[in-house]
Amino acid sequence: MNLKNFKIDLKNKKRLIPQVLTISFIIFVIAYFSYNAQINMGNRGISFGYGFLSQEASFDITFSMIDYDGSYSYGRAFLVGLLNTLLVSIIGIILCTVLGVTIGIGRLSQNYLIAKAAEWYVEIFRNIPLLLQIFFWYYGALRLLPLPENAISFSDISYLTIKGWYVPKFIWTNFSIFLSSVVVSIFAIFYVFNYAKKQREEIGKHVPAGFISLGIIIILPMITFLVGGVSLNFQYPELNQLSDTVYNFKGGVSIIPELISLALALSMYTATFVAENVRAGIEGVGKGQKEAAASIGLTRGQILKLVVMPQALRIIIPPTTNQYLNLTKNSSLAAAIAYPDIVLVFAGTALMQTGRAIEIISITMGTYLFLSLTISVLMNSYNKKMAIKEK
Amino acid sequence: MIKSIKTWILVGFASLLLVACGQSGGGAGSKKSKTLENTKKAGFVKCGVSQGLPGFSNADASGNWTGIDVDVCRAVAAAVLGDADKVKYTPLSAKERFTALTSGEIDVLARNTTWTLSRDADIGLTFVGVNFYDGQGFMVRKNSGINSVSDFKNGISACTNTGTTTELNMRDFFNSKNISYEPIAFEKADEVVQAYDAGRCDTYTTDKSGLAAQRTKMSNPDEHKVLPETISKEPLGPVVRQGDAVWEDIVRWSLNTMIEAEEYGINSSNASSLKDSENPAIKRLVGSEGELGAAFGLDNEWSLRIIEQVGNYGESYKKHIADTGILPNRGPNQLWTKGGILYVPPAR
Ligand SMILES: N[C@@H](CCC(=O)N[C@@H](CS)C(=O)NCC(=O)O)C(=O)O
Repeated sequence: MNLKNFKIDLKNKKRLIPQVLTISFIIFVIAYFSYNAQINMGNRGISFGYGFLSQEASFDITFSMIDYDGSYSYGRAFLVGLLNTLLVSIIGIILCTVLGVTIGIGRLSQNYLIAKAAEWYVEIFRNIPLLLQIFFWYYGALRLLPLPENAISFSDISYLTIKGWYVPKFIWTNFSIFLSSVVVSIFAIFYVFNYAKKQREEIGKHVPAGFISLGIIIILPMITFLVGGVSLNFQYPELNQLSDTVYNFKGGVSIIPELISLALALSMYTATFVAENVRAGIEGVGKGQKEAAASIGLTRGQILKLVVMPQALRIIIPPTTNQYLNLTKNSSLAAAIAYPDIVLVFAGTALMQTGRAIEIISITMGTYLFLSLTISVLMNSYNKKMAIKEK
Repeated sequence: MIKSIKTWILVGFASLLLVACGQSGGGAGSKKSKTLENTKKAGFVKCGVSQGLPGFSNADASGNWTGIDVDVCRAVAAAVLGDADKVKYTPLSAKERFTALTSGEIDVLARNTTWTLSRDADIGLTFVGVNFYDGQGFMVRKNSGINSVSDFKNGISACTNTGTTTELNMRDFFNSKNISYEPIAFEKADEVVQAYDAGRCDTYTTDKSGLAAQRTKMSNPDEHKVLPETISKEPLGPVVRQGDAVWEDIVRWSLNTMIEAEEYGINSSNASSLKDSENPAIKRLVGSEGELGAAFGLDNEWSLRIIEQVGNYGESYKKHIADTGILPNRGPNQLWTKGGILYVPPAR
């Protein structure tokens, strides 16, 4: 017994040696390079260190989701940039998924017009470089919008101008109570779905989980308004004169044109790839499956939802994960149109003001790596859930 | 993106270079200059300029660079290589400029760059002098009814370049006036101009020289004006990498030569005829007395070539800044002998 084990160990060791050697070599190279870099930076009077992160940034940022102004630190500026990157990526991912799925299904439509339109969409937006599309939206489309005094008004509650899209500001009282009711609703919905599944599998009874959930998510938060002391007021944007010819909107929230153009360009571009994945996924489900489903009397909608999609998703998800990753990385094109993402704010302005190139670029690369890996992990676990479970 | 990729590559380059050069960098005190040797070997001066700022560094349709910043590089080329045209220009955004210099992509940065303590002391750079005394100002539309910075109100949006002193001064200024403002910072000057021109922002702020120069690029220059106030000091000057004292001196004294030449009335057309002037200061500048060039390993005609091929500071200013209508008045950029603050140490 012992002897046997020993033999196996020896075998493993033989295989281990080249690996250990390779790893030590890599470590040696990295150590050598860092050591040299340090000495040379020293020679050139460049210091190295991450201490600057706590220094005052002293530059302002157009748009931030957390409290920030120049009196905060570079570390805080990094966070502002990171959150802005996340914001545009999340908006982009949601929009591109909705758009991509619609177009992907549209391409398979029996309606010639819809199918052709979807095909054209994909061909056009996939083949124009993304940067150009960003420029198109920013310098082309959004720059044609009127000045605030001639704003395009949406029933006087929301205004579209060259300086941005002004929407009403939500002013909550007891927002936390409202938020908890939403969280509770979501848990309740999970429970309902589980229950419906059990009922279906065990006694074959159909529970209208969708309707019930809709009811929960509407009614429960409503109750907090009635008895929980929650209230929501809107502060509407108002035209405000700054000088003879200079106007802006006061009150309300301004969605800056830089964010709008970037989100539009990213999602419309990425949607083409998502659409192609969706199409491939649906087409990848055997024809026999659909015919079998039709023969037991399922409607077209039911076939898509119950038979085709669950199988198609397994084909769709892996390449779509890639597209989400691409979208996130592509959001760094923000710098071209002054959207304050992590590259513009941190790898741009902060780098320039501090001169800490190596430190800042390493942090930024690390951040993107972390974001990518996180998305991958999330999507992989979703994919696992979707995979066929052998019973 | 193209730009930011470039920055990343430059940074990569910087780190590689730091590694590659080993410990062999020309230390202070040694008479040898690695940069000088490399420049002679390459046959051109590697010069970083702006991406197009009329009067300072601007390329015409056929790619010829002109401007008073460009003339600093031309002066170095004339001194070192004997020909002012032997310069390779690299256009850089404000954000890229210092990385390009520390990484060795360029050897001289002549790009309307403000001399500040942290830039000089903290990031491996050395400023060699000032070739334009400037200050930050604001541009607004003439019909805006804004006639001075005291007319600014809460909510005003201001466009500028990212990675500049401008961005920092702007904050100091609005803070001190207690005005809330929307800052929009673009990487390229042209993007700022376009944004301001289209109405994305209400005011455009940068160095006053920059405002005057960029105004010429607007769709209708007459519709805009520069407010009278100056909110900062912006001494603009050429920059070199830290650690090569000889190269630093060459660039410094190339600029000084142009300024001192004007002081002594030496210009591109009379320089060679002044070789046997009565005045020893003039004779030193045109190379007929003393051995000044030897101090940094150059021949004795280095300064004569600068004056002959590039001209003195006054000629350069007149040609690029005054005659082009950018800033006809020299203001502080006049010799100290004529009421300005241009004052350089003597070449002797
Ligand atoms: N002097 C300031 C600002 C320099 C700056 O970049 N100014 C802009 C506006 S005048 C510019 O030169 N842009 C030209 C370009 O981007 O090529 C500094 O050194 O930070």
